[in-house]
Amino acid sequence: MAYQLTINGQTHEVDVEGDMPLLWVVRDHLNFTGSKFGCGVAQCGACTMQIDGVATRTCVLTVANAVGRNITTIEGLQSPQARAVQAAWVELQVPQCGYCQSGQVMSATALLEKNSAPTDADIEAAMAGNICRCGTYSRIKAGIHMAAAQLKNTGGAA
Amino acid sequence: MNISRFLKTQNVDPSRRSFLKVSAGTTAGLVLGVNFGGIAAQAQSAADAALEFNAFVSVTPDNVVKVMIKHLEMGQGVYTGLATCIADELDADWAQVVCEHAPVNTEKYANLLMGQQGTGGSTAIANSFMQMRQAGAAAKAMLVNAAAAQWSVPASEIRVSRGVVTHGTHSATFGDLATAAAQQSAPDVTALTLKTPDQFTLIGRDDTQRKDTGKHDGTAIYTQDVKLPGMLTAVVVHAPRFGGKVRSFDATAALARAGVVNVFAIDTGVAVVARDYWSATKGRELLKIEWDDAAAETRGTTDILAHYHELVETEGAVAASVGNVSDTLSQSRDVQTLVFEYPYLAHAQMEPMNCVAKVDGAAAEMWYGCQSATGDQAAIAQLLGTGIENVKINTVFAGGGFGRRANPASDYVLEAVRVAREVQGTPVKLVWSREDDMRAGYYRPAYVHKLTAALNVNGRPTAIQVRVAGQSIMAGTPLAAMMMVNGIDITSVEGLSDLAYEIPERQVELHSPTNGVPVQWWRSVGHTHTAFSKEVFIDVLARKAGDDPVAFRLGLLKNNPRETAVLQLAAEKAGWGTKELPAGWGRGVAVHTSFGSTVAEIVDVSVQGTSFKVERVVAAIDCGIAVNPNVVRAQVESAIAYGLSAALGDEVTMTDGTVDQDNFHTYRVLRMDAMPEVEVHIVASTNAPSGVGEPGTPPIAPAVANALAAITGQVITRLPLKLA
Repeated sequence: MAYQLTINGQTHEVDVEGDMPLLWVVRDHLNFTGSKFGCGVAQCGACTMQIDGVATRTCVLTVANAVGRNITTIEGLQSPQARAVQAAWVELQVPQCGYCQSGQVMSATALLEKNSAPTDADIEAAMAGNICRCGTYSRIKAGIHMAAAQLKNTGGAA
Repeated sequence: MNISRFLKTQNVDPSRRSFLKVSAGTTAGLVLGVNFGGIAAQAQSAADAALEFNAFVSVTPDNVVKVMIKHLEMGQGVYTGLATCIADELDADWAQVVCEHAPVNTEKYANLLMGQQGTGGSTAIANSFMQMRQAGAAAKAMLVNAAAAQWSVPASEIRVSRGVVTHGTHSATFGDLATAAAQQSAPDVTALTLKTPDQFTLIGRDDTQRKDTGKHDGTAIYTQDVKLPGMLTAVVVHAPRFGGKVRSFDATAALARAGVVNVFAIDTGVAVVARDYWSATKGRELLKIEWDDAAAETRGTTDILAHYHELVETEGAVAASVGNVSDTLSQSRDVQTLVFEYPYLAHAQMEPMNCVAKVDGAAAEMWYGCQSATGDQAAIAQLLGTGIENVKINTVFAGGGFGRRANPASDYVLEAVRVAREVQGTPVKLVWSREDDMRAGYYRPAYVHKLTAALNVNGRPTAIQVRVAGQSIMAGTPLAAMMMVNGIDITSVEGLSDLAYEIPERQVELHSPTNGVPVQWWRSVGHTHTAFSKEVFIDVLARKAGDDPVAFRLGLLKNNPRETAVLQLAAEKAGWGTKELPAGWGRGVAVHTSFGSTVAEIVDVSVQGTSFKVERVVAAIDCGIAVNPNVVRAQVESAIAYGLSAALGDEVTMTDGTVDQDNFHTYRVLRMDAMPEVEVHIVASTNAPSGVGEPGTPPIAPAVANALAAITGQVITRLPLKLA
């Protein structure tokens, strides 16, 4: 069946089964491969995209339920918060294997878009759904604080 | 902005930072932005015109230094580390260096400590430190000789710095000289004068950006992201029990599912091939399979461990022996015994196992995060009945490995080939679900240890007997010849058989029972369990003697200056004996040497009832020269997190031969809220580099257990740790 999706501000039409999770539509049919498959059951966060601004596990969100919503993948991140997060990730050399990091960046960005000065506890709560087996958690936390400070210093522009 | 505010363990010279940002931007266009017409498109713009100086170094006319990386980049930083060694001797500008995974060519790209091309055992830097520097120095000599000829000046008067070759008013980039330099005869590498440590410009620096880029913006390419024209996706349903076989299957409903292309049985199960992953998964749900469990392992882990507990009560094969331990134990008035138990562990790397294969008659081409190049290539060739020259492997980034991808049986690789040869000429991506990955085995084996020590009147151990029971990782693998001596698998007892503590009499015995559960190395291999027994046991002896745990250890390490120095550094930095703990907190220590490096860790835990949190870890490491201190710290942080995950929650269990865990809600790995503050201190050294990826893992679990014992009095001898 044909579905129209709004991804990174552009309309895409796909012909897939309605129960296909958004993650696989985006990866296998639209060739955006930045969002990763890690668990398939919303446990690890590697597939995180923003749906209407909310960090969402897209391995369990069906394409039928994604129609008419604003979908942002790692490829479409543009907000000042996103740029600040990505700059901090490079500066602090956060990624190791890197496989989970698209999801980490998506969750971190969504956090900073709602909370410009998160505490450690805020960060732990917002990032609880993102697993990193390389254990880069300390650098992720430091990166979020760095991005928040950078945004504050520049009045919100990264 | 002061970075140290954000990251306690990182020191960066701020004056270098603007330069580095520019450099990251400059190289990005070359190594990223890969849009597949083929994976070899990685660094394509450099590869097109690259002039090869030697097996590791090429230079393009547009001034890019391309470095061939013979090891798999799986997060441990080999791109950065190996390129640093080359670029330093080459006097290249870090910004002009790009990396690419080498093809399989065992002659050119062997791991010098393994004799075959492969990554593992924390050897990437250790085996290639001199080789990479020689490759860089040789390429530099060729550039200098070309410039000398062009400018008619003596080579000895030419200077090279940051990618620029100069003499008087002459100046040229590497790119300017590339064509002429590539035609120079290659120098004898053993005759080259390499830099002394004080001359290093990149080695030892903190602020060089990593070369495995594209991981913050989703552009880095992993196996899961490989796309080839006409590619299909396959899933394979494995037997629910290890050793089970397909008796029969009915694919009628699966084949009727939209998107499913083919269904067939292979050696390891039933394959569903489809146009995409979701269709394959839905097709798989419609399969009806009858399994034959005649040869399957049907025991549970309770039975297996009960057997091991019986084994450690009996004499095992002797792995190490000094003195007459059994006599001393039987005559001693003061004997201490502890029995330890360790579960099976899954690697649970973030990228579930996967592999892209295309088989065309006798030829195969592969795309995946290949960790055992020589071994996988040979296994594929054997399966297809062809020569290794017909097996091409393209290596991409791996989403974590921790040992799993270097499978001695090439299990997932051969499964991909078995599927691909049924759809000749069509590339197929084999994808394991997380459940497939977690249940497919190749676990860190379960073990039971029994340690018994005779103590003198001062509470010091005079003799120790260690008995280890658990499956051999090496038996039956190609590495058995190297890693097994007189039937003893060294990796089952490493860390105990070469006990660092000076105990006059010692005997280590080993039982290596077999069963149907596939086992494999897991980050730090035998040290994952031996360090725990050793360090918890020594702490118990210290407390029994009424001694401070650090002082007690130092007393047994008088002839081991390296462990002494590392332990003292960690103790000093952690404030051992000086920095007071809040009420309800405990502090514990462990020190262990593995893969040539020594790591000490000191842990602070807070305890509330039966729950606890690891609050802080102070680590010290002696790994010889730290080629990139920031990567070393990152690896120790990572090794601590990985070991802590196992200490707190990882455990694979089986009931009647079926694995009980299937995903991250049942296999409970470390999440951010349980990550402690970690501080890493590196011992200054001019010794050759030793291992870094693994040695940080062994000390963490015993240090946590010792901290818990210090505050609660409970000695925990089973992992994962649970307070009563």
